[in-house]
Amino acid sequence: MIELQDATKRVGNVIHIKPTNLTLQTGHFNVLLGATGSGKTSLIKMMAGLDPIASGSVLMDGQDVTRLNTQKRKISLVHQFFVNYPHMTVFENIASPLRVAGMAQSEIDGRVEEAADLLQLRPMLQRRPHELSGGQQQRTALARAIAKESRAVFLDEPLANLDYKLREELREQLPDLFAGRGAVVVYATSEPEEALLLGGRTALMEDGHVTQFGSTADIYRNPENLAAARVFSDPPINVAPINVSDSKARLAGGGDWAVPEMADGNYVVAVRPHRVTPFRTSEADVELTGRVIVTELSGSDSSAHFQHGDEAWVSLAAGVHPYEVGEDHIFYMNPAHCRYFGQDGKRVA
Amino acid sequence: MRTENQRAWFFVLPVLALVAFNALVPMMTVVNYSVQETFGNNQFFWEGLGWFEQILRSDRFQAALGRQFLFTALILMIEVPLGIIVALSMPRKGIWVPVCLVLMALPMLIPWNVVGSMWNIFTLPKIGLLGYFLNDVLGINYDMTQQPISAWITVIVMDVWHWTSLVVLLCYAGLVSIPDAYYQAAKIDGASNWSVFRYIQLPKMKTVLTIAILLRFMDSFNIYTEPFVLTGGGPGNSTTLLSIDLVKIALGQFDLGPAAAMSLIYFAITLLVSWVFYTLMTKDDAE
Amino acid sequence: MAQIKLSNLKHSYLPSPQGPEDYALKEIDVTWRDGGAYALLGPSGCGKSTLLNIISGLLTPSEGQILFDGRDVTALPPDQRNIAQVFQFPVIYDTMTVGENLAFPLKNRGVDAATINQRVDEIAKMLDVTDMLDTRASGLSPDNKQKISMGRGLVRDDVNAVMFDEPLTVIDPHLKWKLRSKLKELHQQVKATMIYVTHDQTEALTFADEVVVMQEGEVVQIGTPVDLFERPQHTFVGHFIGSPGMNVLPCEAKGDRAIFEGHEVHLEGPVQGTGGNTNLGIRPEYVGFGETGIPAHVTKVSDIGRHYVVSAIVGDTALKVVSEHSAPEPGSQVFLQFKPEQSRVYRDGWIATEERGT
Repeated sequence: MIELQDATKRVGNVIHIKPTNLTLQTGHFNVLLGATGSGKTSLIKMMAGLDPIASGSVLMDGQDVTRLNTQKRKISLVHQFFVNYPHMTVFENIASPLRVAGMAQSEIDGRVEEAADLLQLRPMLQRRPHELSGGQQQRTALARAIAKESRAVFLDEPLANLDYKLREELREQLPDLFAGRGAVVVYATSEPEEALLLGGRTALMEDGHVTQFGSTADIYRNPENLAAARVFSDPPINVAPINVSDSKARLAGGGDWAVPEMADGNYVVAVRPHRVTPFRTSEADVELTGRVIVTELSGSDSSAHFQHGDEAWVSLAAGVHPYEVGEDHIFYMNPAHCRYFGQDGKRVA
Repeated sequence: MRTENQRAWFFVLPVLALVAFNALVPMMTVVNYSVQETFGNNQFFWEGLGWFEQILRSDRFQAALGRQFLFTALILMIEVPLGIIVALSMPRKGIWVPVCLVLMALPMLIPWNVVGSMWNIFTLPKIGLLGYFLNDVLGINYDMTQQPISAWITVIVMDVWHWTSLVVLLCYAGLVSIPDAYYQAAKIDGASNWSVFRYIQLPKMKTVLTIAILLRFMDSFNIYTEPFVLTGGGPGNSTTLLSIDLVKIALGQFDLGPAAAMSLIYFAITLLVSWVFYTLMTKDDAE
Repeated sequence: MAQIKLSNLKHSYLPSPQGPEDYALKEIDVTWRDGGAYALLGPSGCGKSTLLNIISGLLTPSEGQILFDGRDVTALPPDQRNIAQVFQFPVIYDTMTVGENLAFPLKNRGVDAATINQRVDEIAKMLDVTDMLDTRASGLSPDNKQKISMGRGLVRDDVNAVMFDEPLTVIDPHLKWKLRSKLKELHQQVKATMIYVTHDQTEALTFADEVVVMQEGEVVQIGTPVDLFERPQHTFVGHFIGSPGMNVLPCEAKGDRAIFEGHEVHLEGPVQGTGGNTNLGIRPEYVGFGETGIPAHVTKVSDIGRHYVVSAIVGDTALKVVSEHSAPEPGSQVFLQFKPEQSRVYRDGWIATEERGT
């Protein structure tokens, strides 16, 4: 378990991490999700002891490690860039932290082979990093983290520099690889889809602080604020201003529906693109007529960007749906999946 | 609220100590001399800013300073463009790269006084290969021991020979770091060779070029050994640059006070011009 | 703009290639229509960059021809092919403003100032960069820099094609989507022939009218995104396209049925040929749960927001199911139903079932 208590980070007078309280548990994946520059790497470096913290404290398994050196924290870190010792074989690369720890040769052999088997590196153990593909190099780095006995494993966008399909394969293996190892796993990513696929718990990061923390699927469905709703953005969530009176919401571009209990006034509605479809999904569906601007057909899905009033909307539906660019189409929005936010971005209903 | 951790300052202490020992202590000695008069026997008399005034007003100093600026200006005007041209024409791939790099580095590996003696012997009329060739084969009247103009040309050619490589190597390092995509994009955009130089190579070389110009300015402004060995400041005073003059006053005449004052003025000018150069060349980045 | 035809194109980096394994590009024959949007899709090292360099003229192919509107350009250098290219890392001229960057290709070609201004304004408007025309390009964010690189290609009206070499690599995910749509929108507006090279299936499929899927120097399938998704010609295409990819399950073929782990599966049509290594290919999207069917054991359920990805085991074989609305509990027993019209047999990787009704 890792706890951050009012931890902050400052460089000069610039605050990189605002006071943060976060408890990351052993046993499931902890994802840090945020755009580039939102503070994911800073947070990891603070937990790893690579960057000093300006105030507050870091606890590992209840022990205050705020002033403890990185070397003594028993952690592993895997980077976005493939970091291996170029002059060592894959075997020696995986074994290096074990040698430093002064482990017996027989135990080293056993651990390296176990890690190599998990990551399918067995045939490459005697090669050097430059003879490996990018995926194999990153697997070597991961194997080193697995072989080492760590209290915490930090994975800082480990798949960012790999091919799409390779990413998909490794991503699927990752949770199983670290399961049952008794280490806190922290995984930083800027890709919302990755967070969903990895599951576990997600801490949303924005501008140097954690805006929401909870089960990944729950954050996806119940964002606390508009910023959190926007994070899962592939494709971006539809956001439009509405006016509510007598428990009825109205869009400026046309369309009204009954809303949960809230005071009359101006709000913002957010609804994910796959809840806006070219076909009716429920009795309550709201009809939105819009002019199609761009269409994208990915084989499994069809998406259309359309203009409804002053707002640009996106619809995403499984299957093939032909749209004519420049023509008006009717789309159906399911109000059961709408989320409402006040003008300040806070969730209302 | 926890107090700031101030321990980081301790790490800076060794550096501060080193700088104090290296620069501040000798400098304070010079400052000390520059405001006093001595007649030997360790007797000193307060002189105030008198030496400074005397030096700044003296024709001798002004002439040496003029020669110094002329020398440095000529050096920069020749070495920087030449260095860029050589760097541009060097191969960027293949087996010739190391060969060219070693050839370029060679002149810089020769000790300064050796360079001076080499060029002295090389250019002496009658004896030197070049001197003989120019006078007796081409029929050009050349004698750097007698004619100021010949002496100047020789001093400058020697410096160009010795130090253009530095500019070349720095520019080359800047050039090879430009990704291929830039050249490809320029080709596609229909850019001429000049445009490629003006809009891609020059901007990407800017940082290293700034360093090259600063280094060449400071080195050439403080140059002593090579011209001293080559011409001894002559004929007459024609190649007596500031540093040569300084040594003449300090060691030749043992006028410690004026020499110290002159050192400080010299130092102040070098610092000031370097700062002006640096500010001008990095001005765009700050925007 | 031009039609681009690659005719019997082959390339080897070796001086005298012996067998097919010496070729980085095995054989490609394709015609791209004027004004179309195309993608080259494949993993690293599949030969797509080689092909891109051959089209732009940075490489001369060992064999075959490249024709622009019927004209052989195989021997022409890059600058005479009138091809615009957008690179992985944005290329901008640091010392120029955004406007000067956009005007640069026109200025170099001696276009008059009035036309330049008009074209630059037009393109800037399309790219939504009008308000930054006078700012220095070096300070822009990566996505805006990449927009400017695109703009320099689009500003000319004499380009035969615009090529994109993994242009979204350095763009943050939440901006990737925007830029991708922008590109699609641009294509709909300017109708330039565009070729997009990527390893990312989503980028390729959403951008292109037609995708060329490559593997180890070979073209595996050329088709529309729907073709590639609905009827992959090769298990590689099935696996590479779609997320998760197609289930490829070992089976035996029998007439128009496949026997998978002892269960009979109805196929889209009769199976051709005999022998070889046979597999049943079905996309996770076309496997459903039912009251009856193939018994399976659920091992894992991932809630990925839009739908659930269910991992299950039938006998000794693992497979995946995509379910839109609900998912079974991990550890439970379920029955799987395969959509017959989406179930196919592949022999040694290649499709072996006939399409019904043809």
